[in-house]
Amino acid sequence: MKGILKLAYKLLVNDKAKFTALLVGITFAVFLMMFITSMFFGVLNHASANVVNIGASIWVMDPSVQAIISSIGMPDYVLDAVRSMQGVKYAVPLYSGGALVKLPDGAYQGVTVVGLDDTSLFGRPMLTEGKIENIYAENGFIVVADAEYEKLENPHVGSEFELNDHRGVIVGVAKVTVSGLFGLPTLYTTYDRAVQYIPNPRYTISYVLAEPKSPEDVQKIKQQVAALGYVALTKQEFINKNASFFVFQTGGGTNILIMTLISFIVGLSISGQTFYTFILENLERFGALKAIGTRSSELVGMILFQASFTALTGYGLGVGLCTLLILLAKLRLASYAAMITYPSLLLSFVMVLVIAGISSYVGVRRVLRIEPFEIFRG
Amino acid sequence: MPNIAIQATGLSKWFGEGEAKTMAVRDVNLQASFGEMIYIVGPSGSGKTTLLSLLSGILRPNSGIVTVDGVDIWSLNADQLADFRLNKVGFVFQDYHLFPRLNTAENVAIPLILRKTDWEEAIREATKYLDIVGLKGRADLPPIKLSGGEQQRVAIARAMSGQPEILILDEPTASLDSDTGHAILKFVHENVLNSNRCIVVVTHDARIYEFATRILKMEDGRLTGTESGVAAMGKG
Repeated sequence: MKGILKLAYKLLVNDKAKFTALLVGITFAVFLMMFITSMFFGVLNHASANVVNIGASIWVMDPSVQAIISSIGMPDYVLDAVRSMQGVKYAVPLYSGGALVKLPDGAYQGVTVVGLDDTSLFGRPMLTEGKIENIYAENGFIVVADAEYEKLENPHVGSEFELNDHRGVIVGVAKVTVSGLFGLPTLYTTYDRAVQYIPNPRYTISYVLAEPKSPEDVQKIKQQVAALGYVALTKQEFINKNASFFVFQTGGGTNILIMTLISFIVGLSISGQTFYTFILENLERFGALKAIGTRSSELVGMILFQASFTALTGYGLGVGLCTLLILLAKLRLASYAAMITYPSLLLSFVMVLVIAGISSYVGVRRVLRIEPFEIFRG
Repeated sequence: MPNIAIQATGLSKWFGEGEAKTMAVRDVNLQASFGEMIYIVGPSGSGKTTLLSLLSGILRPNSGIVTVDGVDIWSLNADQLADFRLNKVGFVFQDYHLFPRLNTAENVAIPLILRKTDWEEAIREATKYLDIVGLKGRADLPPIKLSGGEQQRVAIARAMSGQPEILILDEPTASLDSDTGHAILKFVHENVLNSNRCIVVVTHDARIYEFATRILKMEDGRLTGTESGVAAMGKG
């Protein structure tokens, strides 16, 4: 079979125009599918930015919370109750809310304020400028230097602003693992200062962050929290909940699905049609091979090899092109919301195999139907 | 009779059914021996190519038996029939059917490659056959760079490379000028025909009749007569 496959390979790649057209079609389709799904996974990843950055093992919240952005305040006794639960090593409150900042030039800018537990500062970001203990200083805030940083006019340690008529001072600049999705700069401060500066409803604890004594305690903690009328999610479960919200509640998932399907159809149209044309143009050659004594199974093998080779080469080029573009974009925008994930690689791979399968199926049908007698008749 | 290469008995083939039924070959009986170069001649539409296809395992007859070297070829299944064609029959098609994306040596090597011969070995072997047909220096060229006569010789080299017992040539001079056509058939007669090989040629080119051992005349799907090549040439 090795020689026959080499024959198939030469018949394919030596037809440079057709082979290039096939590769362009597959590469374009893979690129589109990869790019769209990478954007989607990037958006999902950014949507859970605070969950990732704060890094708590267990998040306790109101059962009605759909995503981290829509926290619902919980009474203080929830924190006390969680702290007293079996299997809990420690538990701290977290404030997460929005506010308007008045900048020195008089402009207003919306921000996300994260209030960390005053005692432990659990979930604090890594500072690139300033000292973490300065967060306790009067009006102290830490600003995250992400893609939205410049919206606060690139503040540095000592920069001042107003937040609900309260004076605020930048005491540190931080970097985080994942930037936020919603185009808002992020400020960290203490929990007490956050609830003091920002007008709030009756209950102020957005989330209770808990750490289990051992991984086996997670289930036990969940049951105890449920008995209290609240929900405890692991970090990954909360990330998944955020993802589900964006996939199913915002229409984002449907849009991505439609775009991916369109990419698939475009790829299938270009590649399928070009491959079919390639088969049609070589129909006489396949007929001649059949007349000379090639078995039908060998002809099928040749066509499948040609389709698979084109598909896999196109897949590699498509993935490479997508990676390159995302890298280039990230050079300009550090928090560019696109990431290549195993699921998107797998999805594109499956799609490209389906394209190769359908293209070769049509070709195989034509080749198997050709009668060598037609070659004789000319 | 051990030297019988091809034996056809009661061979018939028709296309279509009912009023559209067309008899292409009608109750043909023929016998060809190794060492013979048989011509099948007749006007267009007389059934020559159909008969050639029936004899070479390309087209299944509606009735009749074809034995090649003692084997009833139409009792074979599809894969066995493909193997039979690959191992026993060499084809020179009317339009050559060379592969434009392969070079000349690779074209000639196709039957060897299909027989699972190692690629490099097949190319080496193919070059020998190109040498035999006088085209060794053209091994790396694509067929499109060759003249009609050279392409015909490549097709013959390809048919020979599998060392078949039966060689089928369909209108071998149809696309060639008379001198080239004559030279090609002379070459086949002198270099390809031997006591272990039977060559069947379909043609209506009277200028090459001199190389025939026997000439079978066909009309309306029937064999209407047999003459020696030299006798036929004399009448032409």
